[in-house]
Formats: sequence, C-alpha cells, structure tokens
Amino acid sequence: MVRFITRRLVFFLFTLILTSIIIFTLTRVLPGDVARTMLGREASQAQVESLRQELGLDRPLLMQYVDWASSFARGDWGRTFSRPRQEILGLVLRRTLNSARLAVLTLMIAVPLSILLGVIAGLNESRLPDNIISILALTMASVPEFVTGILLINIFALGLGWFPASSAVRSDAALFEALPSMWLPALTATLVLIAYISHLTRASVIQEVKKEYVRTAALKGLPQRTVVFRHVLCNALIPTITVIATSTGWLISGLVVTEFVFGYPGLGRLLMFAIEKRDLPTVQAIVMVTVITILVANFVADILYAAINPRIKLK
Amino acid sequence: MADPVLQVKNLNVSYEINRRWVSAVRDFHLQINAGQVYGVVGESGSGKSTAAKAIIRYLAANGRIEPGSSIWLAGDELTSMPLHALRSIWGARVNLVPQNPGAALNPAMRVGDQVAEIIRLHGTASRTEAQQQAVEALRRVNLPDPESTVRRYPHELSGGQQQRVLIAMALITSPRLLILDEPTTALDVTTEATILDLVHDLIHAEGAGALFVTHNLGVVAQFCDRVSVLYAGEIVEDAATQDLYDHPLHPYTMGLLNSVVHPGQTKRDRALSVIEGQPPALTDRPEGCAFAARCPLAVEICQTRPPLAPAGDGRLVRCHRWQDVAEGAAALSDTKAQDAAVDDNLAESREGLLQARDLSKHYAIPRTLRDVFSGSTPKPVHAVEKVSLHVLRGRTYGLVGESGSGKTTLARLIIGLEQSTSGTLDLLGIDINRGVRQRPSEVLSTLQMVFQNPQNSLNPYLTVGQAIRRPLIKLRGLSRPEADREVERLLRDVNLNVDYAQRHPTELSGGEKQRVAIARAFASDPALVLCDEPVSSLDVSVQAAVLNLLARLQEERGTAYLFISHDLAVVGYLADYVAVMYLGELFEVGAAKELFNPPLHPYTEALVSAIPAPDPHRRALRVRLSDDIPSPREKPSGCAFHTRCPRKLGPICEQEAPPWHSDENDHFIRCHIPLDELAVLQGQALMGKEE
Repeated sequence: MVRFITRRLVFFLFTLILTSIIIFTLTRVLPGDVARTMLGREASQAQVESLRQELGLDRPLLMQYVDWASSFARGDWGRTFSRPRQEILGLVLRRTLNSARLAVLTLMIAVPLSILLGVIAGLNESRLPDNIISILALTMASVPEFVTGILLINIFALGLGWFPASSAVRSDAALFEALPSMWLPALTATLVLIAYISHLTRASVIQEVKKEYVRTAALKGLPQRTVVFRHVLCNALIPTITVIATSTGWLISGLVVTEFVFGYPGLGRLLMFAIEKRDLPTVQAIVMVTVITILVANFVADILYAAINPRIKLK
Repeated sequence: MADPVLQVKNLNVSYEINRRWVSAVRDFHLQINAGQVYGVVGESGSGKSTAAKAIIRYLAANGRIEPGSSIWLAGDELTSMPLHALRSIWGARVNLVPQNPGAALNPAMRVGDQVAEIIRLHGTASRTEAQQQAVEALRRVNLPDPESTVRRYPHELSGGQQQRVLIAMALITSPRLLILDEPTTALDVTTEATILDLVHDLIHAEGAGALFVTHNLGVVAQFCDRVSVLYAGEIVEDAATQDLYDHPLHPYTMGLLNSVVHPGQTKRDRALSVIEGQPPALTDRPEGCAFAARCPLAVEICQTRPPLAPAGDGRLVRCHRWQDVAEGAAALSDTKAQDAAVDDNLAESREGLLQARDLSKHYAIPRTLRDVFSGSTPKPVHAVEKVSLHVLRGRTYGLVGESGSGKTTLARLIIGLEQSTSGTLDLLGIDINRGVRQRPSEVLSTLQMVFQNPQNSLNPYLTVGQAIRRPLIKLRGLSRPEADREVERLLRDVNLNVDYAQRHPTELSGGEKQRVAIARAFASDPALVLCDEPVSSLDVSVQAAVLNLLARLQEERGTAYLFISHDLAVVGYLADYVAVMYLGELFEVGAAKELFNPPLHPYTEALVSAIPAPDPHRRALRVRLSDDIPSPREKPSGCAFHTRCPRKLGPICEQEAPPWHSDENDHFIRCHIPLDELAVLQGQALMGKEE
C-alpha cells in the first residue's frame, strides 16, 4: 500500500512540474507583452521597459520559471493585474471553495440518482425501462449546458418560481445564504453527469449479472434485491466509483459555462473574467489550481479503486 | 424404500432462438433416491446442463419448461411453483456445486461471509453463530486453518480450496438434492480425486441425492450409481453404472465408451475408435432417431423415432435395434481401428532433434518498500529449474504435471516466447536459446506449436485458407498458387473438406478448429511440434479423432511432438517418452509404457492413482496428495515434493535434493528411496487394491 501510494505521489509530482512548465511557457510565448498590456497603448517605451525590469521580465526564462514556481509553492501568488489589485491567493481560494460547494451538492444529487437509473436500466437490458433511461440520459448529455441551464431557469425560476434565476451571490456568502441559488446550477451539472455515470453503471451491471457468482447468490434463495444490492452492486460499482472521483476534479474547475449562465461566483467564472482582462498571473494561478484539483481527484480515484477492490494487491 | 428425492417426468425444455422455439430437452425422465448419485452424461450440446438447470427452475431468460412436464422435489411440484416459493427451496432443499469455482464466488466478499449468508437465510442463527458455523463448515470440507480462511477473499484461495468452500456452502443447509455441474472439470486431476472423495463421503453422511452432470466417463464410472446418457436432448440409455459400462445397448453409448482413452492404452495397441460425423444442431434435429445419421448400425426403421424402451433390469434404451445388440446380432466393428495402430519399433535408434541442458527460468520478484529499507532482495521464483530434455526425431515426448508445475513455461522457453535464465537449448545443433524474433527462419519453420484453446489461437478475421497460407508463404517461400494447392493438401491431411479454406473460424466446431490449428502448425513442414494441452478443451469423441490424427501425421511425416498435458491417460496413449514435472523440476523420465508400471516416483504414483478409470470394476489406487501444490515462490527445501509426499522417509527429504536413479530400461527417477524399494512398496499397494 505504502509503495503504491509513494509511486502514485511521484507520478503526481512529475505531472505537476510538467504542467507548470507548459503553463508558464505558454503565457510567456503568447503574443502581447505583459508590461505593454498592463500600461496600455499610451505608455512610453521607457515606462514599459522599467515595468519589465520591475516584474523581472527581462531575465532569462529559466530564472523566471524558477522564481515563479517557488513563489507559487510558498503561497506568494502576487496581486491581480486588473483593478482593484487583490491578493490572488485569497481570491482564487475563495472561488475554489465556492466551486467545491457546488460540486459537492451536484454529486449528492447526481450520484445516487444516476446509480439508481443505471441499475434499473442494467437489470432490464434492452427492455422498455432501459430504453427510456438510456435515450433520456443521452439526450441530456448531448444538449449543451447553456441550453439546459436556460431551460431550467425558464421552468423552475421564471415558471414555477421555486428557485432564484440568478446565482450571483456575493463570493464570500455563507453556505445557508448561497444554498437556494445553488440548486439550478447543480441540477444543470447533474444532467451532464447522469448520462455518463448511469451509462457506466448500466454497462457494468449488465456485465456483472451474467457472472456465475450471481447465480450462486440467487440459488442460495436470496431475494432479488439482496442479490442486486449485496452481490452485484459491490462489484459493479468499482469502475463507477473511480469515475465519480475523477469527475469531481472536472466539477470543481470545469463548470465554466454553467457558472457563467447562472452568474455563480466560482472558479470557472473567475477564469473567464481573468482571460477577458488579460490578467495573466490570475489565469496562471487558476489553471494551476485546476491542474492540482484534477490530479488530486485522479490520485484519490486510483487509491479508491485499489482500496475497494480486494483483488488488486497493492504493490 | 423411502420416497425418491427427485422425480422428473416428461420434462421438455425449449429455447427461443431467432423468434422460434427450439426444443433442447425432450421427454426427460429421472428418479433419484436418497444417497444415490445419478450421472447425466453427454457431450457439449447434448442438453445435459439445460436439463439440470430446468430441474432447479433456473433456466436462461429465453428458456421455458413446456406444459405437461413435472418435477417433484421431496414432495413439492416445482414446475408450477411461483418464484418467491422457489426461493425457499433454493439453498434449503436443493443446492448447486458449479463448474468454475473461481467464477462462482463473489470476488468482493470474504468467503466466510458468503457461507454465513446462506446459514442466516435458511436458519435462525445470529450473526456470530453463523460465522461460527461457517468456520465449522469449512473445517468439515478439510480446508486448512478454517478460522483464518473465513476471512479471506476468493482470489486468495486455490481452485481446489474455492471448490471446497462451495461444497461447504452447498451442504451446510442439509439439502435433499445436490446438483453437481461438472464440479471438477476445472481442477487438476489430483485435486479432482480428493474433491470427489470428499463429496462422496459427505453425500452419504447426509443421505442426500445427487445429480452429477459431466462429460467425463471416468468420473462417472468411479462416482455414480446410475447413469443417463444424453444425445441431442434425449435420453438414449439409462442404466446402473456397471451394466452400462459392461453391456452398453445403444450404439452411441458404445461409441462413446470406445473412444475414451483408458489408462495404460497406447497408440501401439490400436487407434482410438471415433464416432463419425457431428451431433445435429438444435434447430435441425431429424424426425427419426437423432443418432441415425452417425450410427453404424442404422437401418430403415431408424428414420422413425424410437421409444425409450425398458430393456430388463430396470434399464431403458432408445434404439430400435437394442435387442439385436443385446443378443450379439449387431455390434460395432473394430477392424478399422486395429489397422490404424502405430507399428514402428521404439527400439530403433533415432537422430537427436532438440536438446535442452540444465535449462532454467527464474522470474525476479520486485522489491517491496520493506526490502528497500532492510536492504534485502527477494529470492526469484524458479519456474523452471535445471531441466534437461532430449527429443528424438519422430518421437513423442510427453510432459505431465499439475498446473503450476512449470510445463507451460518450459514450452514457452522452447518456442522462444520467454528467454531462459541459464542453460542451453539446441535444435539440430543450432543454438536457439533466444527470443523468437532473434531466431533464423529455418528454426521457426522447424519448430511449430498447437495451442490449448483453438477458439483463441485462430484469428477470427482470417479464413482458414488465409491462416494456413501464411506460414506457407512466409516460412516455406511458396508462391501464391503453390500455397493454395498446399492448403488443400493440408486440409485433406487433417480430414477436412477442401472447401473449408473459405470459412471463418466462427463457422467451425471446436474439433474442426483444432484440426485447422494442426494443419497450420504442419504447414511449414516442422520437425518438432509443441502441443500444449491440444485436446483438453474437446469432447471425448472429438478428442479421440484428434489424437488419431496426431498419431497418423507423426507416422506419415516423422514429426516429433512435445506433448504437454495434465491428462495422464492421454499422454500415456500418445507419448513414447514421458517426463514428470513438479515445481519446475523433472522427477521422472522414462518410456511411456512404464508410466503405469512400478517403480514410479511417489508423485507420479499419486498422479496415476488419481486418474478416474473409465471402468467401474477398476477402483483406483487410493494414494491421495494432501492439500495443493505449493506456490513456486515458497518452494520447499531438499526434495521439492517432500511436503506432500506420502512416502516421505524423514529429515533427509527436507534437507537434501534427491539423486537420480535409473534402471536398465533407461527409466530415471529422482528420489531418496532406491528403485527396488519403491517397486516393492508400490507392488504391495497393487496387491491391496485387488483384494
């Protein structure tokens, strides 16, 4: 187990270093000088030069990278370029927390629902319930998030008036304050996830129920729900749990469109603003946080997979 | 006598295939009494598994039991029973011991919990009581250290141990009926013997009835009180085991019994009898007798369906001509078989072909974190250890041993799929001790292989013709038209019609696929063919035909075989020399005809005595090996076999590697016991058997 985790950790670090190099290089080779961007068209060449010096942009790339990476690791992420010039660290972490809240809520709705649908579909392979679930799930998945989001706003906010249409709460709002406005974005993200997770659950349920141990369980005289929940599910969910862990990374950092549609103050919306304003340090920080969350999610998925599957001997 | 445990009358089962209902089992009758073991024998597709599943009402979703069928299990009629009521029968009054113990246990659940589950379901035991009873149940099936075994997961147990867990599970509720569905087919012959002994004792102790579904005529002879023979979904003959084996009345039964290889029978005695043709597909069964098309005794009346007629002594037979057979007026002729026997002289000297000297294969074990800290390196696994072999031109060299003995690794070294760690390997004087990609093409064409499972060794996208043509063009350098002519010749050689060249593997039966694999191996005109369990996945009658084919091709072409098998009777039949392997080492080497005569190495003795002889009068010697073959990672010191040896002398076996002894017939045995003493010991065992 220790060996397995250390090996995974080494992989983790390597990936992190490699991606940080890529991110750093990309922002440096992109057209458009940072100092010029910050100062605007009217600034003189001398002003630009002095700012370049101040920012350290005139030094060799390798030095710049080492500086940047070590200050990032120390938690010194600098201030945003755009005004008001805030501390990037606090800003990004607060937004990450908001995104994580939304991700947890989404998972709490999506996981039980899609596993249930997947099991129902899998146990009724190619029969009516399976066809209905599969077609609906696929439809949901193929409609873009901004369409489902707007549809949900029209039905549940404007039509029924159950939830607020906008999720634009203050970014440091407390959970109970933000919760009512989180349902619709969570539901939008759920619709994307359901197709994926229920399809996977369906496939592995279909595969598992054909196995002989299911016959053994049934011929013990166990009622069908015990056969399904005690025997089939504990094997069928092994791949599903891994995928859920992996998609948590995507939920935290990848809901750019959903957060934008609802105006939810998460990481994705911050990224959009930062890009619009060419706020390079902020973009870098957000992308690094994104990479880290996705890597952590995959790391957890790997360990979960090994931990819940007794057949894998950790080496 | 008490009421029968199971009474099946007029059972008809159909499957829906392409929107048509096709009959799979027709007019099946059966009666099993308490304490009786009833065999149902048939080849694949005979309907034996369908009948067994129908009896416990566990058919596939596209199967149904036709109206008019009745199944009485200990006083209850099952065909009309609703599903929820069946659940109180399943597990309580009828239990199943399945074919693949590895697949039949839930991989994510501790075995103790799986046993305790059925105890709790059908009893009133509390959680802790059930766990306690599970330990006792595992103890009863002789699992070592049951207290810790209950906490293990199935993958931590060997195949034999998994099957013991399933047997414990099947017997814990004291069912009236046990369905044994090929329970030992997936196990080694030594494990099979101990499992069958165990089941036999437990069934008698419980007074349960047992339905034993199998294709293995040896197991039936040793284990069943009465037998039903199934062909194309119908019972063709039903009799007490001894009557059936002594005087089979149905031509199919006769053909089946004749095609079995008996221990001690060799290719020099005679070729094996074969049932020509194939069983009919479910979808086009003939109107009349289903066997008529293949029956050497068929006459005009056989175009009508024969009834299952009583034939005296409680026997039943479905044949129009059973009276002729019983009176001796009709019999299968064996002359053709006798003609085909191999008659070359074993004493005649032959040129050497393949020579292995002290060939070893060690696998390094990766270091764990603990090893890194303590600075130690784990000992490598010795999969093959100092094996020396000398294969002669045109001879068959048999290699036997349990799974895990290193047979297949040795074959992979010789064919070049693995690289040896040390030792030498020569083919006709050329050093071939290297990977297959580094070997010159003459070596590749001289050395070919036939694999165990023809389903996997033929590329499903290539036609038979393309598969055979490839080595002809690549290794023999033939042009396309020459190769096409050669394909036709090869197909004829393996008794396949030339139009098979256009077919894909999915259109062939298992036996036909193996013939194609053999034709492909012979395409490059090899001097040596490695055969890794080439007949173990085939039905009895097909197996006989493939063995005959291999013997004939060897005689015609002078090809040598290295024939790997766990089936000693088959090896004894085809091989000229036999090597017995255990944990990577050879323990006995000698002429195959000596394989069944003492002196034998104690391990060989155990292997031989574990073979279930297809003859109810011949009870096997009861030398049983305790527990399973040790893991090659923890190879015992001294003589590797000492942990299981029934003839262990004492500390010398634990400390010193045994020396090789040989007698005047070039029969080599590696044991601390001198040969003459072994002969005396084993002679006594034989005397004991005849009493």
